[in-house]
Amino acid sequence: MQDSSTTTPETLVTADGVPLKQKLIQSTRRARWRALLLTLPLVIFVLVSFIFPIGQMLLRSVNNDTASNVLPNFTIAIQEWDEQGLPPEETIELFVKDMQVAREKREIGKTVGNLATRINYEIPGSRSLFTSSSRKLAKVTEGPYTEALLDINKKWDNPVLWRSLKRATNDYTPYFYMAALDLKYDDEGNITEADELYQIYVSNFFKTLRLSATITFICLLLAFPVSYLLSTLPLKTSNLLMILVLLPFWTSLLVRTTAWIAILQTEGIINDILVFIGLVGEDGRVQMIYNQTGTIIAMVHILLPFMILPLFSVMKTIPPSYMRAASSMGAKTFTAFRRVYFPLTLPGIAAGTLLVFILAIGYYITPALVGGEDGLLISNLIAYHIQKSLNWSLGAALGSLLLAIVLILYWLYNKIVGIEKLSFG
Amino acid sequence: MTKLQTGYIIFAVLTVLVFITTSSVSVTLGFLFLFGTPLFFMKALPAYSTHLNYFNKYLFLLLCTFIFVFLITPILIIMPLSFNAEPYFTFTEGMLTFDSAAYSFRWYQDIFFNGMIDPAATGAAWWSDMWENAQWVRSTRNSFFIAICATLLATGLGTLAALGLSRAEMPYRAAITSLLISPMIVPLVITATGMFFFYSDVGLAKTYLGVILAHTTLGIPFVIITVTATLSGFDRSLIRAAENLGADGWTTFRKVIMPLILPGMISGALFAFITSFDEVVAVLFIADVEQRTIPRQMFSGIREQISPTILAVATVMVILSIILLGVLELLRRRTERLRGVTPA
Repeated sequence: MQDSSTTTPETLVTADGVPLKQKLIQSTRRARWRALLLTLPLVIFVLVSFIFPIGQMLLRSVNNDTASNVLPNFTIAIQEWDEQGLPPEETIELFVKDMQVAREKREIGKTVGNLATRINYEIPGSRSLFTSSSRKLAKVTEGPYTEALLDINKKWDNPVLWRSLKRATNDYTPYFYMAALDLKYDDEGNITEADELYQIYVSNFFKTLRLSATITFICLLLAFPVSYLLSTLPLKTSNLLMILVLLPFWTSLLVRTTAWIAILQTEGIINDILVFIGLVGEDGRVQMIYNQTGTIIAMVHILLPFMILPLFSVMKTIPPSYMRAASSMGAKTFTAFRRVYFPLTLPGIAAGTLLVFILAIGYYITPALVGGEDGLLISNLIAYHIQKSLNWSLGAALGSLLLAIVLILYWLYNKIVGIEKLSFG
Repeated sequence: MTKLQTGYIIFAVLTVLVFITTSSVSVTLGFLFLFGTPLFFMKALPAYSTHLNYFNKYLFLLLCTFIFVFLITPILIIMPLSFNAEPYFTFTEGMLTFDSAAYSFRWYQDIFFNGMIDPAATGAAWWSDMWENAQWVRSTRNSFFIAICATLLATGLGTLAALGLSRAEMPYRAAITSLLISPMIVPLVITATGMFFFYSDVGLAKTYLGVILAHTTLGIPFVIITVTATLSGFDRSLIRAAENLGADGWTTFRKVIMPLILPGMISGALFAFITSFDEVVAVLFIADVEQRTIPRQMFSGIREQISPTILAVATVMVILSIILLGVLELLRRRTERLRGVTPA
């Protein structure tokens, strides 16, 4: 007995002789790996199907290799040019030959038309110069090529055009971000504001932010009393009333948009009621849809549940005795509300406003259907460039800017509210 | 006389006044409903309350009534409109006087007839024609096929990940959770654009698989959120107890974890289903005519040839969402019962 108590304490070991500490580290590491492995399939899936495509899109916003694809030899030669006057004869010879090759081969994405479109972004009106010259260039077989080119069209005698071509041969270009911010290169190659006619994107961004803020604010105004009512009613009644909030939440977006068209259009229900009551005449029907008003009304309706649900879940946790305590200490109802109740609802307000704002800022369907001309948001412009005008790089650049705004808001949401607080119903 | 009774009398007088001035039954009924509902829900306030307190309370309830009406009217109003005999989006004279000739099922018939080669045929020919060619029937088939596949994928992968995320040992939990939730936050246009380019490169654009994968991605956040929420109330010692009794990992999952988180899984699956069922942006970008879904068909319906058929489809969709909501409510109650929480 005495013997064992005097010896120095050995490190604790497990049955198989490994020190306990080491064994513990081992087993926690194994547990961590097991947890990680469970999430791994989904993480890989999301990375491949979601993050990678978006990354690729971001790349597209700075990368446009049309010019270097169509004019491979010219691309190398033009880099030597000092941007004064016209490029040297040998470089122009390469240009002409590259154009002839492109015209003959007509590979998808490598045609003269593609190049013409690319240069046309920077110098509006230059598209036809490329396509028409390309046709005539097919007959030019020997030099001097510079002269031949100038004979075809005098516009080639313009250093601005060649400088723009040289810039375009560089695969990576900030040009599309500049265009998305209403900037352009001037004749000397400096960055300046775009012509007023083309300044549409920055103002549209601001309009999107303004409309989203309006929608969020209206949602907050409408959601606050309703959530308060729901949180103070007995559970049975509030569950029943909750259906009125959840049913719209679960109903198809398109169904709700359709319903608003039926209600708001000039031959619709509200106008019929107004005419029936006699507030407006038969020819004085109010235009409430296919404009900003329509967008705001429909989007408030669609996003309102996203505001009510977080507000409600916060308000439910505020004991009613706090307000009673405040008024028993002499606070008027409004003071009690302002000093006691309102501050306690702030987490819910933060969660709701951020969520609604994030959702509103990227909305596409509703503005596209009921927005008309001036109710269009930035998402609609992005979709237009991807699907209609096919200026993919510009669409991608606009998308990246929108994504940046949303990610900042998402980060804020994570910071203030915490993503794990997100829940439905 | 209590202060509440005073209110009732004032309201009754006002209703009569409204009827006399407008001499219209519908306006009076509307007034009765809008302004009477809050009064109906008024309760006696504490004894020290003044008339002003009562009036303020009434105003508050009135405001809430208006907001609830705003929320629910658009969904209810399309139902009677879908039975309109005329191709209008508003109530006709006949509908308001409940003339039976003003109502019809023609738009519901049109759901089947639209796109059929010979709607007048009979027997098996009609059925196969309807199944193959009717536009709405085809898009319904597509919608269900895509939504079910996407739901299965999202629920399977999502539940697995949620199990990992809810473990105490999970490293980088915050980062991975934000990553998995992000498809819900990133604007759909951006997601759809990215997928459009990527899927075009790998040959998935304009295929069912492409749309299914896109919808799976969009449904995942909902599964993660609902299943982790269920797991947060999960007693982890049950797992150790099961292991202690000799169950292996799979048996523990099947016999202990799964039955307890099943309500969460099902509601997550329902969310994933409705997300896919209602999704139109990704379909617009990725799918071809072949993969048209109901929302896609509605989208072009609204844009191109707006007809009350859309209202009929919308009504069917609303009924579907009522059913889904009912199922979800039952599940919520079941979860509460399982956890021993009973409604107060």
